[in-house]
Amino acid sequence: MKTHSSKYTISDWYKSGSPWIWLSAGAISVCLCMLLGLLFWVTFNGLAYFWPADVVNVAYTPSNGQEVRLLGEVYSRETVPASRLKDMGIHVPEGMERVERWVLKVGNRDAFGRDFQPVEVMFLKEIQRPKEAVVLERREWGNAYGVVTALKEKGQVIATGEDAWKQLAARLKRANELENQRMQIEKKDIGAINYKLERLRLEHRGLELKGEKDPAKYEAIERRKEALNKEYDALRQKLVELAALNQDSLVLKLANGQEREIPLQKVIRCYRPNEMSGMAKAWFYVTKLWEFLSADPREANSEGGVFPCIFGTVVMVLIMSILATPLGIITAVYLKEYAKQGFLTRFIRIAVNNLAGVPSIVYGVFGLGFFVYSLGGNIDRIFYPEALPQPTFGSPGLLWASITLALLTMPVVIVSTEEGLSRIPRAIREGSLALGATKAETLWRIVLPIASPAMMTGLILAVARAAGEVAPLMLVGVVKLAPALPLDGNFPFLHLERKFMHLGFHIYDVGFQSPNIEAARPLVYASALLLIILVIALNMTAIAVRNRLRHKYKALEG
Amino acid sequence: MPTPQPPQMSQPKSQGIHASFDRAMQAQRRVWRLVKDVAAKWAVTVGGMFSIVAIFLIFIYLFQVVLPLFKPAAMEQAGNYSVPAPSAGKTLYVALEEQREVGCRITDAGHVVFFKTSDGSVVKDVELPIPSDARVTAFASALDKTAAVALGLSNGKALVIRHTYNSIYSEKGNTIVPEVKFPFGEALVELSASGAPIEAMAFQFHEDKALFVIKTADRPLFLVSLSQKTSFLGDTTELETESAELPEGNMAAHFMLIAPDMKTLYLADTEGGLLRFDVSEPTRPVLQEKTQITGPGVQLVGLSFLGGGFSLVAADSQGRITQWFPVRRGDTRVLKPIREFGPYKAVSTLLLPEFNRRGFATLRNDGIFSIHYATSHRTLLERQMDVKPPLAAAFAPRNNGILMATEDRIYFWRVENHHPEVSWSSLWGKVWYEYYDEPAYTWQSSSAVDDFEPKFSLVPVTFGTFKAAFYAMLFAVPLAILGAMYTANFMSYSMMAVVKPAIEIMGAMPTVILGFLAGIWFAPFAEMHIPGIFCFLVMVVPAMFLASWLWARLPEAWRRRVPEGWEALLLLPVVVLTAIFAFQLGEFIENIWMHGDCRHWLSHELGIGFDQRNALIVGVAMGFAVIPPIFTITEDAIYGVPKHLIQGSLALGATPWQTMMRVVLPTASPAIFSAVMMGLGRAIGETMIVLMATGNTPVMDFSIFQGLRTLSANIAVEMPEAEVGSTHFRVLFLSGLTLFALTFLFNTLAEMVRHRLRRKYSSI
Repeated sequence: MKTHSSKYTISDWYKSGSPWIWLSAGAISVCLCMLLGLLFWVTFNGLAYFWPADVVNVAYTPSNGQEVRLLGEVYSRETVPASRLKDMGIHVPEGMERVERWVLKVGNRDAFGRDFQPVEVMFLKEIQRPKEAVVLERREWGNAYGVVTALKEKGQVIATGEDAWKQLAARLKRANELENQRMQIEKKDIGAINYKLERLRLEHRGLELKGEKDPAKYEAIERRKEALNKEYDALRQKLVELAALNQDSLVLKLANGQEREIPLQKVIRCYRPNEMSGMAKAWFYVTKLWEFLSADPREANSEGGVFPCIFGTVVMVLIMSILATPLGIITAVYLKEYAKQGFLTRFIRIAVNNLAGVPSIVYGVFGLGFFVYSLGGNIDRIFYPEALPQPTFGSPGLLWASITLALLTMPVVIVSTEEGLSRIPRAIREGSLALGATKAETLWRIVLPIASPAMMTGLILAVARAAGEVAPLMLVGVVKLAPALPLDGNFPFLHLERKFMHLGFHIYDVGFQSPNIEAARPLVYASALLLIILVIALNMTAIAVRNRLRHKYKALEG
Repeated sequence: MPTPQPPQMSQPKSQGIHASFDRAMQAQRRVWRLVKDVAAKWAVTVGGMFSIVAIFLIFIYLFQVVLPLFKPAAMEQAGNYSVPAPSAGKTLYVALEEQREVGCRITDAGHVVFFKTSDGSVVKDVELPIPSDARVTAFASALDKTAAVALGLSNGKALVIRHTYNSIYSEKGNTIVPEVKFPFGEALVELSASGAPIEAMAFQFHEDKALFVIKTADRPLFLVSLSQKTSFLGDTTELETESAELPEGNMAAHFMLIAPDMKTLYLADTEGGLLRFDVSEPTRPVLQEKTQITGPGVQLVGLSFLGGGFSLVAADSQGRITQWFPVRRGDTRVLKPIREFGPYKAVSTLLLPEFNRRGFATLRNDGIFSIHYATSHRTLLERQMDVKPPLAAAFAPRNNGILMATEDRIYFWRVENHHPEVSWSSLWGKVWYEYYDEPAYTWQSSSAVDDFEPKFSLVPVTFGTFKAAFYAMLFAVPLAILGAMYTANFMSYSMMAVVKPAIEIMGAMPTVILGFLAGIWFAPFAEMHIPGIFCFLVMVVPAMFLASWLWARLPEAWRRRVPEGWEALLLLPVVVLTAIFAFQLGEFIENIWMHGDCRHWLSHELGIGFDQRNALIVGVAMGFAVIPPIFTITEDAIYGVPKHLIQGSLALGATPWQTMMRVVLPTASPAIFSAVMMGLGRAIGETMIVLMATGNTPVMDFSIFQGLRTLSANIAVEMPEAEVGSTHFRVLFLSGLTLFALTFLFNTLAEMVRHRLRRKYSSI
């Protein structure tokens, strides 16, 4: 900026052009504000989800009703125009334009019918934080809030009051262990048996279709079936035994005085947030975070973890990379090194560049029509006739999703690799050729190693794009709740035809399609944060690799 | 970086020195290297070609799926034989069953003859229980799939029958077994109490109810309703007949049509006079409308319902075929001409409606047979047919076959007519749909009910696409271009090292997250703070000017502390403070002028509809997503402007800003254009943001406070439910192709401009 005398007038200021420069600087500031604001908002909400919030006990007297006692977390605070409350039939004192309102998460959906209760702050009395208030995280019906009054074993009271709370932890641990055993048997062992039975059924049907007449083969299948059924019966018996062991329950007194008996096997954890120290809260935070990353979703995806989504995303991205990278690199090498440079290559290059800009949903449409219905349908007819009319590959699944995304991200790899190839100085290539190396040798030993960081950049960008892409996946293989992971212990281990869960789709589905959106929202923020971290990390890596690359070329050129 | 060492490569070249070295091995090795070289070349070429082809396959495949939409209908003769069982009488009626394998013909002698459509061999000949002293004097059939017909007799009675078909699966494939059923028993139904012969009748049937309009010589036209009551225990049934005379019952009705819902009756004479009755209470028919559907002196030669029974098609003696249906005008409904086919040179002697759809076939006097579709106003097929005027004709229930009977022969055609409801004009023009009061652009694809027509107009969704893109560009273009100008020319290098990756991160942000935040957080937030948002928009630019002015007035020592090119950082707090102030002010304004509730005020005082998820939300969220591509390309182009141009301008005394506006921008303007095109391409194709941040309502309203539905969101919402190969499925593919074409167009344009610019730079 110019130095100027003390007589600096508006007109000078205007003529210097500095207002416009500042205005253009402002554009950057606004962009940065938005980006930082977004990151902050998602991070804040995503991380706050795991923190145990205090529980408040209030006496709420609505303008046209009786006093009720409510116990729950303060979920959100907002101010609403008084006129809107008046429309809802709530009496608001004259002269008040805006009313502060809290949304209390009162839980106990099984008792109250809903999780949330909006309350106007001006109607609240005696806001307390009782130490003995307990939060129960349950496998069904969401959280429960109340006070533990008794502990029961097989219906017999064994402890009451504070004593019950003290014994609860140990009992709950045991109940959870038993429950885990039960789930292990139900999901893994029985799941495996069901899978094998289904395979046998298909084998049987396959023999029938082939017109196999030999009864011995059918008998062999029957024998295996019987053996499996026996195993199944044994497991069922074990389940019954486990259920008999797991019969503890607790009695919870709700805010309105009602007492409810809750079996311990339905409870995941219980805690008294108002009593917890900072350290205890931090530890709680870590366990919750771990649960989020490692557990299966519960309650129509609105609680629990997102492990299957992470797993599905990773597996899909891996398969996509395996498909897209070699093909993309070969295409780039072909275009740059082998194809005759002319109108056609220029056209192809522009077309490939453009394909990176083709809407992803178009790829989804193509994938659904071509891969799923045309290719998949034919594969089913030829290779899996025994399963028909149940589709195997003829319905959306992991393989088709991966291929569709590979097609979608291939232009990214091509463009990036080509750029890397074109940055290699001619001298290096010519030097190699002059020494008598063939073209293939030059390529393999000189050109590709130098261009490898560019390929890496392309691959990372492709992975980042694939991880965040949702629209095409909705058509070609993602579901809100997949019954099984695409990778498991049953032969052939990787089940390419299975539908899978995906982090991005999870965000869309839980945030917009879930029946209890309000309750699921914090979890969606946490998932969004996870996805952002993943994508940003990938992109930062790509940027770093590229920057190093540029430095290197500068050295080469110089 | 280690320079790659090719150790083995030097060996073959050193032949001369080590001449004694094993020559044979070297030669072999050279061959092997050559083979590898050629193999690599081929592998790369094939691989490269493969993926290029794979990419182009997308376009070809989409096109191939869409193409059948615009194909005309095809028709192929699959049977031509003399009338089966000729002794059974003259044909009154023919029909086909669903599989098109068995046809049926009902004769004036009271026979139902079922025959194979392929060769005319008789499958079954059923003689109806008609007393020997009575003759068949009138005949009527019900519309659509009930397959019910009524025969009126000379003794004033009638017989109602249905022809039905069962598929029996066996080892040898399935055989179709036809059967005649008597929904009201085999006994005759007495319609005319006097016993006078029934001269003409109309008939409609539904489950256990039937409605007749009877014409006899001794009485004006009258209405008979027949219903079957099952007794409480379900073992006996009783027939209940009710009868009423029609107002204006003495007209010379030549055409009598009862709608399938049995609520409307049309009577028309050959002069084109038409009466519309409400017969929902059969004992009390009400004349609702009396109108003329042909011009003066023009004869009405044919009148029929279209599938669904809401529209009429009328053929007149001047060769015109017109579709009519009642339209609401004020408090009443009035029959209106909707669209017209023709006029053709010859008169249509046959009007044959399709099942469930709004198509119909005609046969004209000059022997031209054609298939039309009313809603899409399409003529799908026209061909000369050497057939005598038929006695009866019918479509197959799936509209994939036509059976026609003349005096002595039966003709059977297979018809391929899969997507008649779509035409270029129905996709992109206004269409007057049934039950609509005027032509409209409508997208309404769910077809839960059979007689509902799907409405495939791409206009509302395309409109939505451009509306969303417009608001996004409105938001993004100024920010991105101004930001790029600043970054490329005025920003310090150290800040650039932070800002450019930040913008890249912004571009890499998964759109599902932007959509989620827009829909879940920003939409409710914006709803609460509408005045605040507009205050911010108005105030932010003056605030920046003010900051600039104040900064210029600061003592120099202070200003020195911040090096040049960090204005953007200084402005961060300004933006935040302006936002806070604007929202406070917005709340204040809302309280003072809008009674504390802007949304309420907008809809009640200004009459502006307000959706929570509206174009404003999409504009901001999608703007966020398109800023980075526009920014990056623009920044690149501005940065690439040759430095000597800038230095020359500065040396001549221009201020940096003047240089920017007069030298840099004009030079880079083609690239900026291409950046905007790229951004537009991105905004048009974006799916998740619009899916989540709009209400997905296909309305045509440019208001910033209204929702919209885009082509891409439409695909995402409806594709999983569309039946494979159906019209809906193909229309969705067409939207995909449209998107593909649009973005391809914008991107290619951008790319070409950029290439030209690059060449220009290199020449400067």
